[in-house]
Amino acid sequence: MNAVEYVGRTVGFSLAEVGAVFLLLGSAVKTIPKAIRQKKLVAEQMLRIGIGSLPLVLVTSIFTGGVAAVQAAYQFQDYVPMRYLGTVIGKSVVIELGPVLTALVVGGRVGASIAAELGTMKVTEQIDALETLAIDPIRYLVAPRLLAGLVMLPIITIFADFIAIIGGFVVALIGLDVSTHVYFTGLKLFLHPSDVLSGLVKAFFFGVIIAMMGCYHGLRTQGGAEGVGIATTKAVVSSCLLILITDYILASLLFSTVFSG
Amino acid sequence: MIEVIDLKKSFAGTEVLKGVNLNVRKGETVVVIGRSGCGKSVLLKHLIGLMKPDSGKILIDGVDVTTLKSEEMYEFRKRFGMLFQGAALFDSLTVWENVGLALLEHTDLSEEEIRKKVCQKLEQVGLDRLDDMKPSDLSGGMKKRVGLARAIAMDPPVILYDEPTTGLDPIMADVINELIRRLQKQLEITSVAVTHDMKSAYKIGDRLAMLYGGKIVFEGTPEEVMASQDEVVRQFVEGRAEGPIPVYQE
Ligand SMILES: Nc1ncnc2c1ncn2[C@@H]1O[C@H](COP(=O)(O)OP(=O)(O)OP(=O)(O)O)[C@@H](O)[C@H]1O
Ligand SMILES: [Mg+2]
Repeated sequence: MNAVEYVGRTVGFSLAEVGAVFLLLGSAVKTIPKAIRQKKLVAEQMLRIGIGSLPLVLVTSIFTGGVAAVQAAYQFQDYVPMRYLGTVIGKSVVIELGPVLTALVVGGRVGASIAAELGTMKVTEQIDALETLAIDPIRYLVAPRLLAGLVMLPIITIFADFIAIIGGFVVALIGLDVSTHVYFTGLKLFLHPSDVLSGLVKAFFFGVIIAMMGCYHGLRTQGGAEGVGIATTKAVVSSCLLILITDYILASLLFSTVFSG
Repeated sequence: MIEVIDLKKSFAGTEVLKGVNLNVRKGETVVVIGRSGCGKSVLLKHLIGLMKPDSGKILIDGVDVTTLKSEEMYEFRKRFGMLFQGAALFDSLTVWENVGLALLEHTDLSEEEIRKKVCQKLEQVGLDRLDDMKPSDLSGGMKKRVGLARAIAMDPPVILYDEPTTGLDPIMADVINELIRRLQKQLEITSVAVTHDMKSAYKIGDRLAMLYGGKIVFEGTPEEVMASQDEVVRQFVEGRAEGPIPVYQE
């Protein structure tokens, strides 16, 4: 067994499955024009992914911002003036920490719940029942979740960025003796719109990954309760891993195009 | 109308259907009987394209459904209703949404019209005033009947029933038998029902077909079944432990 295969197997993912995921994604994208008209279904999923995740994202983001501040201050030592604290926190939150940590947290929560829901529907023949009613499960179940994922993740990420910057500010103000003016001047100093945009582009892709991993593993659930458990685990593990891998790929691409140009 | 030709299906090396041949004419009800685990549900799922056979054909009005593309398959399924053995209700939807889902998706009826129609279907299966309940709040028999109401909601010309009366009390079982009979007589619905409840089989079936060892081993009217001297049929119909059918399979 070679290394790639080993990693693949522990993650529960083979090359053939990658093909199957893209097939599912393709069919889901094809039904999006119809799915957009199912306003109720899409809205339901948006609420569930978006509003439902806010408390968790709020807490995660506050602490992320706080840690970023403490960490940056430690690394600055006496070499870098504190007026760059806001700059460093802003950049790292908006480009990297905000989108990635939000996606990981939401992926754990939402990916698991999508996989468990669709998995249960699969093993209790509810998916078959949809088929017999001539309702395409991909249009009815997958497309609304995909839409909700790719719309809501960037929105939650904006929220997370904002909260993390506030979190960093609170720590800077109270713990590091950096004044409000200094922090926010530093923040504005080098923060470009393209930084924010690149974070949101990442969030968009992370949203697709979370929705697709939940749906894919949910729909292929086999057996009973045990199968649902396995599908849930696979959905979470594979989405977390794909988020990190995609983050690297997108970062390389974005840095070489958006930022250099 | 429905023609099953030499249908074969295996799961993980075990051949469940070993060449099933079955004909169902327009407007008639054929009841497939057979022991638990002999492949009755599997046969039914092939008829509506939920499973693909390893070999063989299923012709519905002359069209081979095993080769349909997915859009064609959805079009074709609009003419079918199916009652699942375990009801398979959508547990995130209320009872009325379950029954009305196909109407909501495939027709332009207003919500009010759909509600009315759903009410009427629920009454037909002996249920009312549980529109806003969730399936998890229902008893097994009630679920079965909601499943039946859902199957007939679109007034499909073909209905497949997977054990319509199991889990029902004897009186309700008779109500459902009557309903199936009435649908067939009044609306000329073609149906295939699967059951091992012989009383129900005699009552609703124009013809009975016995599935045994992966094949249809006997076909005939209820009278012919009752008069049959075939040992396999006799043992099943009379429900005896002794006979040519082994009690423990494989
Ligand atoms: N999806 C599946 N995967 C693997 N094996 C299956 C599957 N569906 C059915 N089988 C097998 O096929 C055989 C027939 O199953 P089926 O559900 O058709 O039985 P049945 O005749 O409907 O029994 P019952 O009267 O108890 O409902 C069983 O041995 C079952 O294990
Ligand atoms: Mg069965």
